[in-house]
Amino acid sequence: MSPISFLSRTRRAGRIDITDILSWVWLLGGTFAVLVPVVWAGLSSLKPAAEITRFPPSLLPRAALEQTVPGFDKPLSLWNVTIDSQQREMAMVRRIGLKAQMVDPANPGQPVGVDVKGITPVQQLTVATENYTDPLTRFNFLTFLKNSVFVTVVATLLTLIVNAMAAFALSKYKFRGDTTVFVIIISTLMIPLAVVMVPAYLVIVGVGLADNLWGVILPTVASPTAVFLLRQYMLTIPDELIEAARVDAASEFCIFWRIILPLTAPALAVLAIFSVLWRWNDFLWPLIVLNSRENFTLQVGLNAFQGEFSVQWHYILAMTFLSLLPVTVVFLFLQKYITTGIAGTGMK
Amino acid sequence: MAELTAGILLSRTGETAMRVVEAPMNAIERLFGRKRMPWLFLAPNLILFGIFTFLPIAIAVGYAFTGGTNLFVSDRPFVGLDNFRTLLSCGNYLQPGTCQESLFWTAVWNTLWFVAFNVVATLLVALITALILNRAIFARGFFRAMFFYPVLLSPVVIGLIWKWFLDRNGLLNAFFQMLGVPPEIFLLDVGWSRFFVVVVSVWFHMGFYTLILLAGLQAIPKDLYEAASIDAASPRRTLFRITLPLLAPNLLVVFILLMIKSVQIFDEAWVLTNGGGPGTANSFIVQYIYQMAFGSDLRLFGLASAASVLMGLVLLVLTLIQLRLGKRMES
Repeated sequence: MSPISFLSRTRRAGRIDITDILSWVWLLGGTFAVLVPVVWAGLSSLKPAAEITRFPPSLLPRAALEQTVPGFDKPLSLWNVTIDSQQREMAMVRRIGLKAQMVDPANPGQPVGVDVKGITPVQQLTVATENYTDPLTRFNFLTFLKNSVFVTVVATLLTLIVNAMAAFALSKYKFRGDTTVFVIIISTLMIPLAVVMVPAYLVIVGVGLADNLWGVILPTVASPTAVFLLRQYMLTIPDELIEAARVDAASEFCIFWRIILPLTAPALAVLAIFSVLWRWNDFLWPLIVLNSRENFTLQVGLNAFQGEFSVQWHYILAMTFLSLLPVTVVFLFLQKYITTGIAGTGMK
Repeated sequence: MAELTAGILLSRTGETAMRVVEAPMNAIERLFGRKRMPWLFLAPNLILFGIFTFLPIAIAVGYAFTGGTNLFVSDRPFVGLDNFRTLLSCGNYLQPGTCQESLFWTAVWNTLWFVAFNVVATLLVALITALILNRAIFARGFFRAMFFYPVLLSPVVIGLIWKWFLDRNGLLNAFFQMLGVPPEIFLLDVGWSRFFVVVVSVWFHMGFYTLILLAGLQAIPKDLYEAASIDAASPRRTLFRITLPLLAPNLLVVFILLMIKSVQIFDEAWVLTNGGGPGTANSFIVQYIYQMAFGSDLRLFGLASAASVLMGLVLLVLTLIQLRLGKRMES
């Protein structure tokens, strides 16, 4: 059976052939490839600092068990020791080369010298919650989070309202220059940030919004994608509704606010989801605009953090997971709308 | 009861908010008349668009012809084509070392290689996945969602997760050790790190292109396949004579979109490779622009803009090809 047929055959009812098996191998392999790095990082984020760089790594977070022994200032680590062919649990006082000094935690007396080769640490499944709680109290994590939430919420609300108004004007009115305005807005769709990033920063400095969260928000608000999407949707709303409202002496804004906006709700919902994802995940533009730590968004903060504390992977992974969580939850609940939204509009 | 009160309160505040917005808008309508209202609706968008999109585009080109390190265009000396000359003068274009701006040409070549591998790999993986997901397979929705999930993640998060996965003490090395292969510091090796930048990019974005191709596959009329099966056409024939030709417009859109997006690679590669490492092995054009203008104290805004303009021209050509081909496919 050639590999070609495995891609093109449609399944015959009630029979499993090699094409099905190959498809399943591909799909399960793909699922595996998607999940393994994410789950691995997630499991690692629960490991205590001492355990995280151990090689070869253990799958589940474990930590050495410690116990306070009378007569010693610090808690001592527990080890399984075989002395006189007898398995015992002992606490390590210190380690000198290949010898370790051990005491019996229940009955601490003179430490005994034991060969380190024959001992194994007593370990226990431990979830290092401090990886998650520490960044909340130290390292500005809450500030980054607050900034990200502010940017995401405000930018999304403004994006919805500003572009819905523009789309309304471009879909429900005939006026001189309407096509020109639409074409100008749409033509900028093809110009990516990378091309205008220097002059865009100049404008931000010029209007006094450098190192300011509004400097991150405002340039993203007027979006040609959003205008295009909402306009296409509004074109399908019958004009008779508007005429009827005008007969009833409704003002233009009332028509927009109470008739068009509620009817555009499905398109607005799709746009809202995307706007939240775009703004939450934004990196390059906030990286350019924001300079001081207290203004960083989560993504910029995370990047700065990993540069400064590259050895503290337990903190980095925990914070990575905290920033991945909202997106994952949104996706779990709205995955159908997101995928159909993308298939329908082709936007990401 | 409490819920009801809260509900009433909420709808009242909503109503009040509406009145507050409506009143001034209605006053404006009375003042200017209904004919001017569309411009009022356009105003917020056009003002923001003008300041933050149109103005930068207008300035961008001018910027490329100026020198110095001042940010404001009025304080910058006009240098004509100097920036372009600096970027484009090369002894041998295939060897970045012989160019005046060797970093730029390193970035250009890195980007071209990345685009070539990334486009082919993503297209292939997305196409195979879409063809399989188009079959009547169990739990299709689950797999579609699964492949799509990385698309929504932030590039920084993806960079960090993969960096950890590829770490010296990471899972991949543990797997290598199980197979008896010596551990490797993947991201410090030129070949491996380039390979994994493509892998991560495919991993990140293939779900998006799969979805577009899947939408195209589902639009192919079913009776064509029925006719083919009546004629006892081989699977290979069905794939090459029906599926792929009818999917061609979608494939082309995906191909061009992928090229446009790949040229702009920055975020995930930046985080994954600590800003382009090892050395300049993963230094791409957007990164060059960023570093010339903001990343260091060089503040070579003119040079960065000139590079932007060159990149913009390439993207423009790609977009025009896409539009032209798109139109031809439609007719």
